[in-house]
Amino acid sequence: MRTRLQNWTLLLGSAALLAFPSASSAQLTTFDLETRMGAESHVGNITGHAKDAKGDYRRYCVGCHGTLGDGNGEVAPWIDPKPRDFQLGIFKCRSTPTGTLPTDQDLFDTIARGLDRSNMPQWSTFTKQQRADLVAWVKHFSPRWTNEKPGTPIQIPPEPEVTAERIKAGRDVFARVQCWKCHGVQGMANGPSASTLQDDLGRPIQPFNFTDGTRPKCGDTDQDIYRIFMTGLDGTPMPSFADNIKPDEAWDLVFYLRTFMAQKSKEKELAKQLSLKPVDPNAPVAQQ
Amino acid sequence: MKNRYNPAVVLSLIVLVCCAALILDQKVNAAGEGKITGTVKLDGAAPHMKGIDMSKDPYCSKAHATDPGHLETYVTGANGGLANVVLYIEGWSGPAQVSNAVLVFDQKNCMYTPHVLAMDVGETFKVTTSDQTAHNIHPNPNPMTGNIPWNQSQPPGAPPVEKSWKAPEFIDVKCNIHPWMHGYFAVVKGPYATTDANGAYTISNVPPGSYTVTAWQEAAGTQTQKVTVAAGAAATADFTFKAK
Repeated sequence: MRTRLQNWTLLLGSAALLAFPSASSAQLTTFDLETRMGAESHVGNITGHAKDAKGDYRRYCVGCHGTLGDGNGEVAPWIDPKPRDFQLGIFKCRSTPTGTLPTDQDLFDTIARGLDRSNMPQWSTFTKQQRADLVAWVKHFSPRWTNEKPGTPIQIPPEPEVTAERIKAGRDVFARVQCWKCHGVQGMANGPSASTLQDDLGRPIQPFNFTDGTRPKCGDTDQDIYRIFMTGLDGTPMPSFADNIKPDEAWDLVFYLRTFMAQKSKEKELAKQLSLKPVDPNAPVAQQ
Repeated sequence: MKNRYNPAVVLSLIVLVCCAALILDQKVNAAGEGKITGTVKLDGAAPHMKGIDMSKDPYCSKAHATDPGHLETYVTGANGGLANVVLYIEGWSGPAQVSNAVLVFDQKNCMYTPHVLAMDVGETFKVTTSDQTAHNIHPNPNPMTGNIPWNQSQPPGAPPVEKSWKAPEFIDVKCNIHPWMHGYFAVVKGPYATTDANGAYTISNVPPGSYTVTAWQEAAGTQTQKVTVAAGAAATADFTFKAK
């Protein structure tokens, strides 16, 4: 009898889906998920299949991200930042412009890298195939993957040589686009707007503190830092600066940001030699 | 025990009727278009709008030195006329609106001008900045509607951001840098109007026919009225909202 009841629920559910397409997406059911079990991911020459990730997800992910992928797993109330709601299809770490879906590679990298200052560990113990399968699984939670294509990854030009001039130019970019409003003039996450920031779900969120020795959320290579401010971190207050910073200037800014970081770097040494002062928030505003 | 209606059959019938209604509704004439006009009022005295402390950003507080900023949830004009109310036709099935006017959403003195920007689905609008301080323009629609949230910076002198929306929705817009900045993109289907400072509005280019006009106010919610538009004539629909 129970299975028969379930069948009826499914049938009624699907009829309701046809009648009210907008309402259907608001209330995701296990039935919706079954229909998307064919989701795939393509990372390099590996093809991931959602159906193959079922076991791994139940074993390793479901506690935080929940059965329906909405970030309401049984552990979720105790952790902060909150687990991602996969149903929304909104991700911080992307190589694609703001407001677009990430590529499969982006999701694959996030699973492998983990997210610093959160409860998301590095899943480096998984094989590449397992990770690719999990990417497909993550995608099957949101209807966006059936309706939209991922964005086109931004172009990152080859990294130039670090020079004193570039660091100084980076300081000018930092002042012009006013990164300090949130991140503070010394990158210590203490800018005038830092204390009131909220994420898209209205929860308090802190800007990145460059000086405390932790890694940026979406990776710590120079390319990763470049990507963060040129794509923005969707779902957070961090906007995209793609329209406001030219590719060459973006490298200057990367070098300047490195001077804040606790880790030793050529940039830090050069800044010391230049005895570079923090930007003045009261200085006349530079125009684009 | 077969005397009960089969729920599946009933549901399919409902779906069929809905589809039929949608298809039949599309017989609107192109010529002799009329309009819908009216006034939207607020019943009683306008609620007190809290002042905004902009001391966080010296540029913003300086811009409001003589005219302190305050919230814009209810903005009233002459005779209790209610501004920033969006009026549109419920269940519009005609063609998309072709408008030559460029819709502009400006960031001026650390406030949004206008506070509510109405637009048709797919209509292009521009976000500009007149300020000498950095803003980020961050609409937060529900991605399940097909409208996808984005977040772009606009430092001083930044070029306009041009966008459009895919589905009808009242979308919250914020600036994370200045948390008091709050506005709306009111995305509707078909002809629309927004009330002016005194609550007056005109929806033009409405083909003759019977319609349900909806008035949306960000805090007070929605109201509807049935109107019949004759060829080349103006139908009237006045609304009165109660502050919540």
